[in-house]
Amino acid sequence: MKYQSVFDIIGPVMVGPSSSHTAGAARIGRAARLIYGKEPTWATIHLYGSFAKTYRGHGTDLAIVGGLLGYDTDDDRIRFALETAKKQNMKIEFVEDTAATDHPNTARVKLGTKDSSMELVGISIGGGKVEITELNGFELRMSGNKPAILIMHNDRFGAIASVTQILAQHEINIAHMEVSRKDVGKDALMVIETDQNVEDDVMLVLEHASHINRVSRLIN
Amino acid sequence: MFRNVAELLEQANADSISISEVMIRQEMDIHQRSREEVMGQMERNLEIMEEAVERGLKGVTSHSGLTGNDAVLLQQYMDKGNTLSGHLLLDAVSKAVATNEVNAAMGMICATPTAGSAGCVPGALFAVKERLHPTREQMVRFLFTAGAFGFVVANNASISGAEGGCQAEVGSAAAMASAAVVEMAGGTPEQSAEAFAITLKNMLGLVCDPVAGLVEVPCIKRNAAGASNAIVSADMALAGITSRIPCDEVIGAMYRIGRSMPSALRETAEGGLAATPTGRRLADMIYGITKEKE
Repeated sequence: MKYQSVFDIIGPVMVGPSSSHTAGAARIGRAARLIYGKEPTWATIHLYGSFAKTYRGHGTDLAIVGGLLGYDTDDDRIRFALETAKKQNMKIEFVEDTAATDHPNTARVKLGTKDSSMELVGISIGGGKVEITELNGFELRMSGNKPAILIMHNDRFGAIASVTQILAQHEINIAHMEVSRKDVGKDALMVIETDQNVEDDVMLVLEHASHINRVSRLIN
Repeated sequence: MFRNVAELLEQANADSISISEVMIRQEMDIHQRSREEVMGQMERNLEIMEEAVERGLKGVTSHSGLTGNDAVLLQQYMDKGNTLSGHLLLDAVSKAVATNEVNAAMGMICATPTAGSAGCVPGALFAVKERLHPTREQMVRFLFTAGAFGFVVANNASISGAEGGCQAEVGSAAAMASAAVVEMAGGTPEQSAEAFAITLKNMLGLVCDPVAGLVEVPCIKRNAAGASNAIVSADMALAGITSRIPCDEVIGAMYRIGRSMPSALRETAEGGLAATPTGRRLADMIYGITKEKE
C-alpha cells in the first residue's frame, strides 16, 4: 500500500497552495539536495505533465528551489526561494518539457557544482507524498515506507558483501535491496530499504568501505 | 492494516471501538509510536487548522488578486440573522472558504487530504463544534476518523487532482468530513460509511480545471460546496438513510472515472473553467502582469 500513515492524509502542515505541486515539489527538491549531500551551485529542472502546465500558479518552481535550499514543506521561506537562490548565486533553469511520462506530476532535477553533478527523477503522487523513481539513470523502485539508503559504488567484487556485512554488524535488517550497474566494472548503485534507521555512525563506516563512492539517506 | 472500508468497519465492530480508535491503534502499531505521540501530532495539525480559519475570517487576498475576503462576507451576512440555509451550514462554508483563502495566499495550512481540498474537513469540524460542544480529544478524534477514510481512498483510488480530478480531492475531503461528523454526532461506524458513500457519490465526475493553474478558481468555492455536502449527507446518514451502492464500490467508481478523465480536466488548466473565455483572459492578465514585474 502506497500510504501507510494517517499523517499522509491529515497533513503535511505546509505553505500553500498545492500539496502535490507545492509540498510534493519541495520534497523532491529536498530529496535531491539530501542525496547530493551538499548545496548545489546550479540546477536545471525539467517539469512534465501537470507540473509543466501549472507550475507558476502553484509555486512549484519556488517549492523545488526551496527544497534545494534545504527547506521543508512548512518553511515560510519557500515564498522567497527564487530570490534567495539568486542572491546565493545558485543558477536555476526551468524547462517545460512536453515528453510523455508515466505520472502527470513528474520533475527531473539535474544539479551540481563545478566538480560534480547528479540527476534525479521524482514524482508527486498526491497529498504531498513523493517517490524518487530514477537516480543518475538508474531506475529505482522503492516502497517509500521504510528507511532507505543509497550507495553509489564501483562495480567490483566484494562491494555488495562489504555493505551487507557492515549492516549485519550493526544489527540492521535489510527489508528490500536492489543493485544495478551501467556496465561491467563501471558505476553501480545499491538501494537498500531497512527495518531500522541507519544512524550517522553506520553511514560513516559505510562511506569508508572499499569501492564505495557515496552513501546517502533516501528516507529516514 | 485495513485495506478498505469493509475491513475498517470489521475492525471497529470486532473490538467495539470507534473508527478513530481503529486509526489511532493502527498508527501506533505500524509506526511504533506511543498514543501520546500520535495524539500530540494530530493536535498540532488541529492547531494549524484553527489558526488558518482564524486568519481567513479576518480576511486575506491571494497574490494574483483573484480570490479572498469571501469568508468575511459570509460571516457578515450571517450576522444579519436571516440566512436561508441556516447558521451551522453557512458557518461550515465560511470556515472552509477561510481555510482555502489562506491556502491560496500561500499561507500555512494542514493538507486534508490535499491543500486544494484543505477547507472541507476543518470547515465541517469547526461549524459542528459550535453545536455539539466536543472535548478537545473528540476534535482530535474527528481528524483520525476523517483520516481513516482518506487512507482507504488514497490506497485504493487517488487523492490527486492530476490523477483523478477534483472528485479525488474535494470529493474525498468532503466525504471524509462527512464520516467524521457522523462519529462526533454519536452515529455508528456503519453510519459514518454511509455518510461517506452518499457524499462521494454526489461529487463523482467533478473535474479539476483551475483557472490559470491557480488553486483559487473554482477550488475555494468547491470546498464550500464540499463542506455543506458533508454536513447534509451526515444528517441523511444519521436519519437512517443508506447508500444503495456500498462505500468501497463508490470509491472504486471514483477511481475508474478518474482514469477515464481526459488530461485537460486533470489539473492541467487546459479544459473546463480554465478554458472559458474569462478563464483564459484571467490567465493572460495574471501572467502578463508577472512577466512585466520580472
